[in-house]
Amino acid sequence: MTKIVKRPGWEILAETAVEHLIRLCGVSSILFVFGIFFFVFREGSHFLFHGFRPGEFFFSQEWYPTSQSHVRYGVLALIAGTASVTVLAMALAVPFGIGAAVFVSEFCGTRAKETLKVVIELLAAIPSVVWGFIGLTVMNPLIIRWFHTPIGLNVLNGGVILALMSVPIIVSIGEDALKAVPDSYREAAIALGVTRWQLIYRVLLPAAKNGLLAAVLLGVGRAVGETMAVLMATGHAVKIPTSLMDSVRTLTATIAAELGEAPVHSDHYQVLFIIGILLFSITFAVNLTADLIVRGVRGK
Amino acid sequence: MIFRSSVRRFTPMVAMLLAAAVAFFTLACSRSKGPAKTVIQDTGSDTMVNLAQAWAEEYAKVEPAVSVEVSGGGSGTGIAALSSGTVDIANCSRRFEPQEIEQAKKNTGKDPHEVMVGYDALAVYVHKQNPLDQITIDQLAEIYAEGGKITKWSQLGVKMPTDSDEIIRVSRQSNSGTYFYFREAILGKGKDFKLGSRDMQGSKDVVELVTKTPSAIGYSGMGYATPDVKTLRVAKKAGGQSFPPTVETTLNHTYPIARPLFMYTLGQPAGATKKYIDWVLSDAGQKIVLQSGYVPLPKSGAQY
Repeated sequence: MTKIVKRPGWEILAETAVEHLIRLCGVSSILFVFGIFFFVFREGSHFLFHGFRPGEFFFSQEWYPTSQSHVRYGVLALIAGTASVTVLAMALAVPFGIGAAVFVSEFCGTRAKETLKVVIELLAAIPSVVWGFIGLTVMNPLIIRWFHTPIGLNVLNGGVILALMSVPIIVSIGEDALKAVPDSYREAAIALGVTRWQLIYRVLLPAAKNGLLAAVLLGVGRAVGETMAVLMATGHAVKIPTSLMDSVRTLTATIAAELGEAPVHSDHYQVLFIIGILLFSITFAVNLTADLIVRGVRGK
Repeated sequence: MIFRSSVRRFTPMVAMLLAAAVAFFTLACSRSKGPAKTVIQDTGSDTMVNLAQAWAEEYAKVEPAVSVEVSGGGSGTGIAALSSGTVDIANCSRRFEPQEIEQAKKNTGKDPHEVMVGYDALAVYVHKQNPLDQITIDQLAEIYAEGGKITKWSQLGVKMPTDSDEIIRVSRQSNSGTYFYFREAILGKGKDFKLGSRDMQGSKDVVELVTKTPSAIGYSGMGYATPDVKTLRVAKKAGGQSFPPTVETTLNHTYPIARPLFMYTLGQPAGATKKYIDWVLSDAGQKIVLQSGYVPLPKSGAQY
């Protein structure tokens, strides 16, 4: 027996209210992104249009923001620092992360899978300053001992720390992407008599390509944007690295270390905001590329 | 149905928890109501942060109604905070630059007022295994300054026990008063540091890194010396007599890189802040300077 329920007026009202609230939440993310970009740009804009020398900024490695005689704002060494640490981190984290995602999603029993996922999520929950601490107190002496370098705060240290930080992201998103591949694909492949390796390599990885790419790019984003851990683990030296054993300084660490000191609205302060714009542009470019690739893949 | 029953089951528990939380909150609130505490915000120099903390702790016993909140970050941080009027006292291991005085005046309408509260001998640290015992100002300049020629320990005539000969320069972030002082006193006016030094965020970090790194050299306040690190004797000129950083060598001006430590306020200090600074300058306050590893003001009040 069915009864037609007439909804009371307040319920309809509440529903519309909630609908609007949810719409606001959706729109607000766009507002926030533009708001942040506007703020960062406004803080740096005056210097950007007056007295900013792009040639020196991009192609000089001389970073002397508080010099008494000759102030120079060259960020080439800082860009090189960020790039070197990020590339190394990705070179380590991508194979490990994707491998772990495949293992967790395809090979594990249920119990091992649950345990692994909990542990990996725990890894993601470690605060970055703790990672930095590990880099400073654990990795530093180990690198000195194993590689016979004078100092263990270098690209290798920062890269390994960042890899450890981005692996959990790559694993959990990669695993979701693999899980999203319909079981009918697996069944069809197995019915054709493929081996497990062929199943993964020829069916699952291509099918989950978009999701895996998103996982990797989120890992890149984490690595580029990470501040505290690299500030502590890379040695914080303005220098273009020529080997894994060189200390470097990253863009983010420079902002973190110097913004507190710089008198508000001074040139130094504005240059730090211009570095912020640069970082923003880098992540924007990474995301845009990812989006275009994903669309290209979809279009086929 | 199931959902609803479970809700009903949990309701008494939730209510009890809520009641407990409310009770706790009111209790906590009523406890914090007492005689209102006067708070003095004290921030700045990382060299002085341990000293300032020790002062604040001792002062809490002398004057329980006043609480002094200390934070570090570097002299530049203190100066920036004072010029924007967010703190009462800025600790500085260097003097205000003329443009910083201008900035403070422009922002707050008041002149920064300087009080000398002690001295620090800037110590030069190396690893325990380093055979080097003394160094000259010129050698330090050649090691640290832009264009300086010394990059290897062998250039100083030192045979390192480990196989690495490169000098690892440990420096400070660019808002540090210690960084400013070292740049002016060692490298010379208008000179800059050689790029590629490891720039640490704190005085303690410098000593810690040097302790762990056999081929490192670093500079930091004398108060951060530990038994695990070697402090070099410093000579003004090659062939001249070298001195260790101690209270005596600082007070008789023989240690070449000693500097005064300051507290700055906006305008003449007044009220609780004045009372606090007067206490810092008293015998009780100066005793703590000595206990923290720094050099108290000489009794005569002579300028350094």
